[in-house]
Amino acid sequence: MRRSPLDLVRARPEPPIEFSFDGEPVAALPGQSVAAALWQSGRLAWRRTRVGDRPRGAFCGMGACYDCLVELDGVPNVRACLAPARPGALVRTQQGDGHDELR
Amino acid sequence: MVVIGAGMIGAACADALATRGMRVAVVDRGPVVGGTTGAGEGNLLVSDKAPGPELELAVESLRLWGELAGELGARALEYEPKGGLVVARDQRAFAELRASAELQRAAGVTAVDVPADGLREWEPHLAPGLAGGVHYPQDAQVQPALAAAALLRRARATGRVDLLTATAVTGLAKGRVETDAHGTLHCGAVVNAAGTWGGEVAALAGATLPVLPRRGFVLVTEPLPPLVRHKVYAADYVADVASGSADLQSSAVVEGTAAGPVLIGASRERVGFDRSLSAPVLARLAAQAAELFPVLRDVRVLRAYRGFRPYLPDHLPAIGPDPDRPWLLHACGHEGAGIGLAPATARLIAQLLDGEKPFMDPAAFGPGRFEKEES
Repeated sequence: MRRSPLDLVRARPEPPIEFSFDGEPVAALPGQSVAAALWQSGRLAWRRTRVGDRPRGAFCGMGACYDCLVELDGVPNVRACLAPARPGALVRTQQGDGHDELR
Repeated sequence: MVVIGAGMIGAACADALATRGMRVAVVDRGPVVGGTTGAGEGNLLVSDKAPGPELELAVESLRLWGELAGELGARALEYEPKGGLVVARDQRAFAELRASAELQRAAGVTAVDVPADGLREWEPHLAPGLAGGVHYPQDAQVQPALAAAALLRRARATGRVDLLTATAVTGLAKGRVETDAHGTLHCGAVVNAAGTWGGEVAALAGATLPVLPRRGFVLVTEPLPPLVRHKVYAADYVADVASGSADLQSSAVVEGTAAGPVLIGASRERVGFDRSLSAPVLARLAAQAAELFPVLRDVRVLRAYRGFRPYLPDHLPAIGPDPDRPWLLHACGHEGAGIGLAPATARLIAQLLDGEKPFMDPAAFGPGRFEKEES
């Protein structure tokens, strides 16, 4: 059986919320970051690099490395590890610098 | 020879001296590029300099940078001969800018007037309503930390250069440099390339050199598609550089980088070595940049960094022997122009040490020029 850190601290979280990632529903517990929720849903990558189009996800997980950038509600370059998951948020994979509109 | 300082100037001096067959020890109390070099933008500019000795030094130095890029590879230095574009907000500023460009042309600088309706051809995202500008094709850029490291690497490859980092100089006398980590270094001459800390090094020898720190912040935006093609700055910047005031001066200097982020300078304040972040300064820089490039208004800043320019009261560097200690050569105090002026500074130092006729008269850079007022 998989152990959950929630059991370890005997957490009693509020009911889960839902946001969308590339059009698919993702469940998150209140207080979780976007990165944590995506990770929990089995997704490890949510950005493609500017050079080489390579997959990227959470690396440091604490706001320092800027690897986990994602497009959140239309705004690119948001650090998924710091952004709280909010009900109904529209999260999308970020392509490159996320600023195609400036090209 | 002992070179004190492993920043851009020290690296260029070590390279120039080793190339001439001299044995050199480069000593720095910190790491390579741990001071002002590591906190700069890497400006190689002729555009911001009025005719005179500094411009003469800059023209030769930018020529040498072009040679270095050929020898070491442009990529190894992130050398970009992108050119500069200075813009004027109103007709009066444009007239002044054109007049100063005219004088620079007479001093050998290439400067092309750009009328208001021609600006967007050079920079498509520039704000409307500017009065005009001047394009300076000689202005260029390097990544200063990479460039200094590349020059040190080449110098060490001669087998004649030792690099002693984490080694503080504790005493200076003719023929002797005392250090905390490597004992006494015996040498024929000492080059003071300690930048903003050049005054402290001079003091170890009993000499006086009034180098003061002039703080500057740089904003780094999120990575963007290429939006800004040149070094672009408002004509007010030149007046800021020349100001002797301790108060805050700021004018936007905007440029894109190979990696994507846009860099936004340049503020100037004399506040000692205070490293604390100043939100009002950052806000002012951001606003001034967005005024030049409205597209930046919705762009996010990822971080800011700061450094301390080595400021001398007349805005000229100190290059040459100490007036009372011919064995001590100063090569510091370049304020915000040290990266650009490094190769020509190193060439002057090498020529002076070799007893060769210098390529230009270094009298204006004489370190003794500050003594008169005191005695």
